Amino acid sequence: MKYVAEFRDAELVKRSAELIRAEVSRPWTLMEICGGQTHAILRYGIDELLPEEIELVHGPGCPVCVTPLEQIDKALALAALPNVIFTSYGDMLRVPGSGRDLFSVRAAGGDVRVVYSPLDAVRIASENPDKEVVFFAIGFETTAPANAMSVYQAARLGLKNFSVLVSHVRVPPAMHAILGGEHNRVQGFLAAGHVCAVMGYWEYPPIAARYHTPIAVTGFEPLDLLRGVLDVVKLLEAGEVRVVNSYGRAVTFQGNRPAQDLINKVFQVCDRKWRGIGNIPMSGWGLRPEYAAFDAERRFDVSAIQSEESPICVAGQILQGQLKPPQCPAFGTLCTPQHPLGATMVSSEGACAAYYHYNKADLLSEVKHG
Amino acid sequence: MAETMKTSLEGMVCPVPLQHQERIVQGHGSGGKLMHDLIAKYFVAAWDNPMLNAGNDASVIATQGAARMAVSTDAHVVTPLFFPGGDIGRLAVCGTVNDVAMLGARPLYLTASFILEEGLEIATLEKVVASMHAAAQEAGVQIVAGDTKVVGKGMADGMYISTTGVGLLAEDTRIHGAAAQPGDLVIVSGSLGDHGIAVLAARGELGFDTDLESDVAPLNRLIAEMLEASQNIHVLRDPTRGGLATTLNEIARQSKAGIVVKESALPIKPAVDAACELLGFDPLYIANEGKLVAVVGREDGERVLEAMRKHKYGKDAALIGEVVAEPAGRVLMQTLIGSHRLVDELMGELLPRIC
Repeated sequence: MKYVAEFRDAELVKRSAELIRAEVSRPWTLMEICGGQTHAILRYGIDELLPEEIELVHGPGCPVCVTPLEQIDKALALAALPNVIFTSYGDMLRVPGSGRDLFSVRAAGGDVRVVYSPLDAVRIASENPDKEVVFFAIGFETTAPANAMSVYQAARLGLKNFSVLVSHVRVPPAMHAILGGEHNRVQGFLAAGHVCAVMGYWEYPPIAARYHTPIAVTGFEPLDLLRGVLDVVKLLEAGEVRVVNSYGRAVTFQGNRPAQDLINKVFQVCDRKWRGIGNIPMSGWGLRPEYAAFDAERRFDVSAIQSEESPICVAGQILQGQLKPPQCPAFGTLCTPQHPLGATMVSSEGACAAYYHYNKADLLSEVKHG
Repeated sequence: MAETMKTSLEGMVCPVPLQHQERIVQGHGSGGKLMHDLIAKYFVAAWDNPMLNAGNDASVIATQGAARMAVSTDAHVVTPLFFPGGDIGRLAVCGTVNDVAMLGARPLYLTASFILEEGLEIATLEKVVASMHAAAQEAGVQIVAGDTKVVGKGMADGMYISTTGVGLLAEDTRIHGAAAQPGDLVIVSGSLGDHGIAVLAARGELGFDTDLESDVAPLNRLIAEMLEASQNIHVLRDPTRGGLATTLNEIARQSKAGIVVKESALPIKPAVDAACELLGFDPLYIANEGKLVAVVGREDGERVLEAMRKHKYGKDAALIGEVVAEPAGRVLMQTLIGSHRLVDELMGELLPRIC
């Protein structure tokens, strides 16, 4: 496939790993922020190729995992209402709220539909004028433009039966929270290439400078990931603190301006709770007052729903890179994708699910012939 | 498990989701682990007998005469009823013919029962029935009994078809899911994921057009050619719902052996690959309706491949991996870049990724 297969070339991958090996003189701990990258790393076994001095820890960039429990409980309450068509990205259906998930709401008669694009939800609203259509607008900067577009379009079409339950999160404040945390181990960052394709990376030089941590904007294919690792390792070894763009074919410094303009037109920065981590100031987006009519929390009066999670759930430590999934006592035994104890085991981008699906280290060393 | 560990887990109140033990959810029909658990817990446990417990696509039953019979049954639901490359009628014939043929049996007779929704156009039914006839002729089977029920408007999605098939087994044929042995080769009869992606496209769920067609086809004649070429075929199975990954896991589990597949050897069409990249699916979990996996004694691998490639439903057959002794019950993949990873079975419903 064009622009994909080339970046999975086995020979080039091996050579890239050798280049990294040649640069490394001591141990370094790097974090890839994005759950999509965590999955690519484990799916291709990139961690196996790296020299042992390099430790990759996995960040909180799984939008499903960090959506707070109370937003999910609000979604479940909305989806169960008789006149509501509740629309969502597919991943969210499996995430547990307090005792239920969207699958069970659907099985009990709720009209829950998976959409591939929020604009499909707008279409469903215009085709069903006698129903209320709610879209679960979650995700990072990657989904924000399309989610903003759905509200913008609904406003332009004058739709009175469309609303969004917003739980948007932003990456840079999470990087502040991780690097400023008292247990931080991260020495270099692989910034999420898809987020930067939208937002650019103008927000990152102040973060690098403040925490003295080099950052490489990194893509998702094996060669992209190794290039990001190589660039950060070079900076670390040279004692340089900068932001480099290791994903130049998709990312510019300024990012996608029309997309950013659309986000800013519809959303404004707000504080946001992250599941497993807690409140991070300025880390979310909510609807601007001029679009308040599209706020499902106001329309259906679910804003009173409050749910609290235990502060000792280890998913939080995993999302902050302090623990790796196999270090959790429940990993792979009591907690599996079939019987998840936490959202990190549920989502296709969650770190625990990635370890479980791709990388049971104890099994991989055991291949025996005949 | 140590007492202390228990305590700490009780402290962890990550919200435990419903285990879906009270109501059926879509995932119970996905072909993945949720479905297997449902079957094991509620059907096999209640009807417990050696033929059912063998866990194959069809069951071998002894008859009064000398011949052994293979029998299988399958219900078919699909939206839309007509899709590129096939329709629910062709699916209903091929699905059951293939399940019978996967034991190495020669399918002979089918029965069909229909659940029709009030309001279904007779012309639609006529087209489906004609399509079933064409598929049955292609497979060389006869549809010898049937039943029809009509349910109220809104109580079914157009029509559902359930078919049962019987076939005859040669005396010396012993093909079943538990027969894979270390050293065997793993062959797939053609490209993976065509049916699932073609149906998604026909539902308008891709957001773009594709030329992909469902691969739905009767595989019994292909299998007859393979059996002609080799007495050394150990397992045959069609990777339908749950895809290749789930089928390989079933074989590994039943045979108590490991399977290692090479990512670079997997036949996947660029259109399927691209659709999966865009939607966040893995082609290994996408349904096929005209493909089979064969586990074959190493010395006969080339001979079987050659026979398959002469047949129109096996022309893209590929050697994709081998059976190993350890890790028993697991499927591993040698990735494009040479590392290894686990290939798990499908859990519940296949869900697209958010971004």
